Amino acid sequence: MSAQDIIKEENKVYARPELLTDAITHYCPGCSHGVVHKLVAEVVADLGIENRTVGVAPVGCAVFAYNYIDVDWVEAAHGRAPAVATALSRLNPGNVVFTYQGDGDLAAIGTAETIHAANRGENIVIIFINNAIYGMTGGQMAPTTLLGQKTATTPYGRTAELNGYPIKISDLLAQLDGTCYVTRQAVHTPAAVRKAKSAIRKAFENAMAKKGTSIVEVVSTCNSGWKMSPEKANEWMAQYLTEKYPLGDLKNL
Amino acid sequence: MAKVKGAVTIDDARCKGCDLCVVACPTDVLGLHPNEVNDRGYHFAYVVNPDACIGCASCALVCPDACIEVYRVVEK
Repeated sequence: MSAQDIIKEENKVYARPELLTDAITHYCPGCSHGVVHKLVAEVVADLGIENRTVGVAPVGCAVFAYNYIDVDWVEAAHGRAPAVATALSRLNPGNVVFTYQGDGDLAAIGTAETIHAANRGENIVIIFINNAIYGMTGGQMAPTTLLGQKTATTPYGRTAELNGYPIKISDLLAQLDGTCYVTRQAVHTPAAVRKAKSAIRKAFENAMAKKGTSIVEVVSTCNSGWKMSPEKANEWMAQYLTEKYPLGDLKNL
Repeated sequence: MAKVKGAVTIDDARCKGCDLCVVACPTDVLGLHPNEVNDRGYHFAYVVNPDACIGCASCALVCPDACIEVYRVVEK
């Protein structure tokens, strides 16, 4: 049987998600953002909530997320996505609201908004892309950068004396009574992508059921910032980043 | 035993040549084009070994740019 016989509409088992727009993303080759965008688009379409889903875009590499997923979006000021999402979800309780934030946005400038929105138990989904570096601005140290990791601002590696310790923000959020689901996932292998999709689906279902705040942390790569090939970045992430940020559910009520 | 045969199509204009699909493929179907580049200058992925494809969709799952579509048939 030749490829032409197989490539027919009725045999299709995996297609580009319909909610992704035709725009070509500005992300670097191999960036985890693209995979997570794809999963969000698939989940929103699977749940049939594309007409009432509102995303809140962050400041960071994902700042143009509104160009790529065909749902309603609001662009928030740096770090303030959970505060904007609070308003969107309270004023229109029928909306399913999610924020899409990186570690610079969520764990550095937006720590207060993140913690208080989660503590209030807002019925939103927070998708947190943790790549342990400031990707957009050129690879500076983030609060999540590992000890010893070299970045543009820690050329000899991060030290605890000078820079403090990496912050495990999802573990902090799991302590709060307002959160109903806190999980840490990755998208470096096909199996991990499938798990991450079911985690994102569960988070959206929680938001629809008004159960509280759901946080899906995706431990990601930044191959440009880490100065590695996409393949090497995935290996480095699986070896070192998941040691500090172990994958799995932290809280599931 | 029924044999599973697969095929993939790659949107090479969208491909950024990140190589992740090549690494993810369990049967070494894909490769990056050694000579040709697309309009944006990337060595895009292409099907090197079409007969080996089992339609598992691993390549499509890890593709950050959603440029791979997967087809699968079960030969009886």
